Amino acid sequence: MTALPEAADKKLGLVIDLDTCVGCHACVVNCKEWNTSNYGNPLSDIDAYGAEPEGTFLNRVHAFEVTPDTGGCAQTIHFPKSCLHCEDAPCVTVCPTGASYKRVEDGIVLVNENDCMGCGLCAWACPYGARELDALAGIMKKCTLCVDRIYNENLPEEDREPACVRTCPAGARHFGDLGDPSSDVSKLVAEREGMDLMPEMGTKPVNKYLPPRQKDTLLADMALTPKSEEPKGFLAWLDKALEAL
Amino acid sequence: MHPAPSVIVFTTLSGLGFGLLAFLGLGLPDVSGMTAFVFFFIGYGLAIAGLLAATFHLGNKVNAHKAFSQWRTSWLSREGVCSVAALLVMAPYAIGRIFCDANWAILGWVGALLCLGTVFTTSMIYAQLKTVPRWNMRWTPALFLTHALAGGALLAGQISAAAILLALLGAVLAISWKQGDQRFEDTGTTLGTATGLDSIGTVRQLEPPHSGKNYLLKEMAFQVGRKHSAKLRAIALALGVIVPVLCLTVLPFSHGLALVAILSHLVGIMAGRWLFFAEAKHVVSLYYQS
Repeated sequence: MTALPEAADKKLGLVIDLDTCVGCHACVVNCKEWNTSNYGNPLSDIDAYGAEPEGTFLNRVHAFEVTPDTGGCAQTIHFPKSCLHCEDAPCVTVCPTGASYKRVEDGIVLVNENDCMGCGLCAWACPYGARELDALAGIMKKCTLCVDRIYNENLPEEDREPACVRTCPAGARHFGDLGDPSSDVSKLVAEREGMDLMPEMGTKPVNKYLPPRQKDTLLADMALTPKSEEPKGFLAWLDKALEAL
Repeated sequence: MHPAPSVIVFTTLSGLGFGLLAFLGLGLPDVSGMTAFVFFFIGYGLAIAGLLAATFHLGNKVNAHKAFSQWRTSWLSREGVCSVAALLVMAPYAIGRIFCDANWAILGWVGALLCLGTVFTTSMIYAQLKTVPRWNMRWTPALFLTHALAGGALLAGQISAAAILLALLGAVLAISWKQGDQRFEDTGTTLGTATGLDSIGTVRQLEPPHSGKNYLLKEMAFQVGRKHSAKLRAIALALGVIVPVLCLTVLPFSHGLALVAILSHLVGIMAGRWLFFAEAKHVVSLYYQS
């Protein structure tokens, strides 16, 4: 049944640090690599080497610019976006076939690909654009929180986290139980005032975003003053000679 | 939202078909034999053609039968269950009317209720979506139901009922457009809340996440046609409501004129339904707004 669980035992999810993300897209690439070659249908590409390539991705990095209302420098914010594994996930309840579900044991939102009929209604119900219908398979794809990595005892322990987290060279992505107030991710969210995306949609996202730290404002006396003086000696002669030319 | 032809055809034809079947279920008109056959044939034909059109936009049709399973939570599943129940209940009633010259009224009433239930569940698929504020209002089910009732009355040859219901449809269309225009703003959702960066200042897109298209853009960031919104609204109102009402009330009745009224109505409501999708803005489009 596509009813949501009363409460999930754990709230596994991601914390994304918008202050640290450098927009390198390594998470996008590693996500695609892992998820196209492991659980479920591959993430297909169309016209991959042609003029208009497109394909299915479970994670995409946007880039925004924010100009402080109080004045000061505009900031570039690299903004990775994937499934937020919402507590009140509208994508789950709209599913007519029972393919979409939220796990009781860890709160991960998944699609059972054997049941999906590709109607796309779950993608309509998601405010975040976290679900994409694969053009070749005709089946809905979404972030699995790398459910086939995080519990995978065939992998070394340090690899048992989502591919995007494992690969992030900037340390901008964190994985853990956001339902446990003593977990590292929960402490990070508390310390940095982690936020929800579109809270007005009432989805109660599990994933949190850490806001970028405010940048310094440029003051007039912080600019460097010119240091050049009138040239002397050989340089003075060269200067004159060049002007005479 | 992308106005997929399959979904426009589905919602308009099945709406008309179930509207007609609802009137037939109420015994309006009180027909039997061959005349009844023609009426039920048109009703079933439209309803089934619409339902079949809906399956064209499925990516993985082999699992379509599983859509009947989640009626406890999903409006799409409820619609599937309701439509099949309506068609099954109306079948023996139609057989009674066509072959036995009998009016099994209770079956007809239950069938009519299920027909309207199907239209209501269809409308709730759209009305439930908070992500598409234009659809997320009570006027959406009202709109779908008046569409089905007005079109049904027109097809069932209920002249005075059709004229009144068409006028009502015109009013509900106008209100839905007016209310709908305001809905997105009312949610307070902006690129600022979508990124959480509104606490710092004004946000704008610097670069999209990819150079090509993607599923989200194709499905939910449909732009073309919004600029013709006012013209299309006028066409929908003129052809869908005003021409049929004039045909029914002002001009002397003839079957030819009734056909003109029906065809004009069909073209009008298709234009309106196209706009219903094309004008609806999904909140995810904010992330891609330059």
